[in-house]
Amino acid sequence: MTLSPPRPARLRGTDLLLIGVSGLRTRPLRVVLSALGVAIGIAAMLAVLGISASSRADLDRTLAALGTNLLTVSPGEGVLSGEPAALPAEAVPMIRRIGPVTSANSVGLLQQARLYRNDRIPAQQTGAIAVLAADLGLLDTVGGRVARGAWLNPATADFPVTVLGATAAERLGVTDAGAQVWLGGQWFTVAGVLDPVPLARELDSAALVGGPVAASRLGYDRHPTTVYCRAAPDQVLAVRAVLAATANPADPLSARVSRPSDALAAQRATDRAFTALLLGLGAVALLVGGVGVANTMIISVLERRGEIGLRRALGATRRAVAAQFLIESLLLSGLGGVAGALLGAAVTAAYATMQGWLVAVPVPALAAGLGVTVLVGVTAGLYPALRAARLSPTTALATQ
Amino acid sequence: MTAVLQLDSVTRAFPGGVTAVHQVDLTVHRGEFVAVVGPSGSGKSTLLHLVGLLDRPTAGTVRVAGFDTGALPDRSVSALRARAIGFVFQQFHLAPGVRALDAVADGLLYTGVARADRRTRAAETLRRVGLAERLTHRPHELSGGERQRVAIARALVKRPDVLLADEPTGNLDSVSAAGVLDLLRQSHAVGTTVVVITHDHGIAESLPRRVELRDGRIIRDTADRKAYAP
Repeated sequence: MTLSPPRPARLRGTDLLLIGVSGLRTRPLRVVLSALGVAIGIAAMLAVLGISASSRADLDRTLAALGTNLLTVSPGEGVLSGEPAALPAEAVPMIRRIGPVTSANSVGLLQQARLYRNDRIPAQQTGAIAVLAADLGLLDTVGGRVARGAWLNPATADFPVTVLGATAAERLGVTDAGAQVWLGGQWFTVAGVLDPVPLARELDSAALVGGPVAASRLGYDRHPTTVYCRAAPDQVLAVRAVLAATANPADPLSARVSRPSDALAAQRATDRAFTALLLGLGAVALLVGGVGVANTMIISVLERRGEIGLRRALGATRRAVAAQFLIESLLLSGLGGVAGALLGAAVTAAYATMQGWLVAVPVPALAAGLGVTVLVGVTAGLYPALRAARLSPTTALATQ
Repeated sequence: MTAVLQLDSVTRAFPGGVTAVHQVDLTVHRGEFVAVVGPSGSGKSTLLHLVGLLDRPTAGTVRVAGFDTGALPDRSVSALRARAIGFVFQQFHLAPGVRALDAVADGLLYTGVARADRRTRAAETLRRVGLAERLTHRPHELSGGERQRVAIARALVKRPDVLLADEPTGNLDSVSAAGVLDLLRQSHAVGTTVVVITHDHGIAESLPRRVELRDGRIIRDTADRKAYAP
């Protein structure tokens, strides 16, 4: 009589899962510790990605708010002479005549003017505060805001009145409008204090005075030292190309044109390089976690030879035994992965909130993290699983 | 009578020159209750592994439930084990922390029976072996005799063609041992084919058929009238 060879019954997914869970449940401490290894790796990588994404989101928000269409022109140095050049007094009106330029305003550095808290401060203690003659439209062009008090207006521009940058006010110890400061050997009244200006950091440590009063009292020659201009966003490059020649037709090669938002964009790029490094460190942590899982699984196979023998006696195929240990390994690292993802997201949220950033937990990174966990689980579990499957049932049963 | 187990000149030699089972012929028919006796080292356990399909012979053929197992791949042998053979071990082999009901249900794990059915049948079998009150107990909450009853229930739950018991009373006191033996007798009475391996001649004497083993050879089989040379 010939019978067709018996076929092993297929284990259901839920059965495999339950076997895996029951295997882990008998050794909870070991499970927690080896899952922790994976969790730390995943959390480290996710936190790095999350924090840098949050930081980038914040920079992007700053860039979007400030605009990338601000250009500046400064005199630079004469190409042949090497001497500091000067922009002509008409630079601002000339720049305003460029079609896509929506606004242009200047500051002029008053080389001789020094600012002190009062008239008793020794002359050397300048506090590194520059005194600038500012156009009235400057604040709008650079996207600055008044923190306290008021900006210059046509009336105050004629009088000894100044507006302080954020850093300058801090250095002088001036907290409010109305204070008197000793500027260029005369008393000036502080009309207002600015918030930090991200696209024109040089204004933070400056005291701004009106053009007319600078000319009448501080010897301002009306030659601007920096012209700030906004161009239509899609014409920025075109404006940039003609800006030097427009600002200083007599010596166009000397004029220096820059785009302050480039610095912020560069910061974004630097951030990325640093992220790659930290991500590498996270990957090393994950690798160590994976080795921990493999180690746990190998010990588990050694310890549970009796169980393996019994399962074979109950009719488990080699494949069923291998699947059991592979699933245990997957569950182990999956547990670590989920814990790590939560931890990484929590760290990102906490850090970003602390920095006042937008919280950005990158979903692709989250998914990739869990994918990597599966990979770690399979890789770490494969050898122990095959070892368990290859064990002969009689040897397995003989060990107690 | 149908042969459940059929060994034809089966030899099992291990690397290193030890021949644990030598040219053994043995047939067990459906409904028999057989004791395999012999001193330790006589090849009893090896023989049990061979008929239980946990090991393969180096020569000869092993037929279980009509299948010539020598021709089958490991997958099919495992499937046959799952379906046809119930094991009872001296050391019980109950996983710590697993409740009796789940341990017995695991006896059906590799047979393709759905989980709910496995549990129903496990509860039923536990009641049959007298452990109706112990369904949720874990091994450490059970006496030695009760543990072996759980193990027997795990072997019986799939209604195997043959129940193979390797020194089932070896770890038990005499009262528990008598209880376990009674249970095996009851199972036999309701139709299970049982093969018990023991070195206890007292137990062997009480069973209908005895196969005596020494140095890997059968020296006496009460089913045969023919005498074996010692």
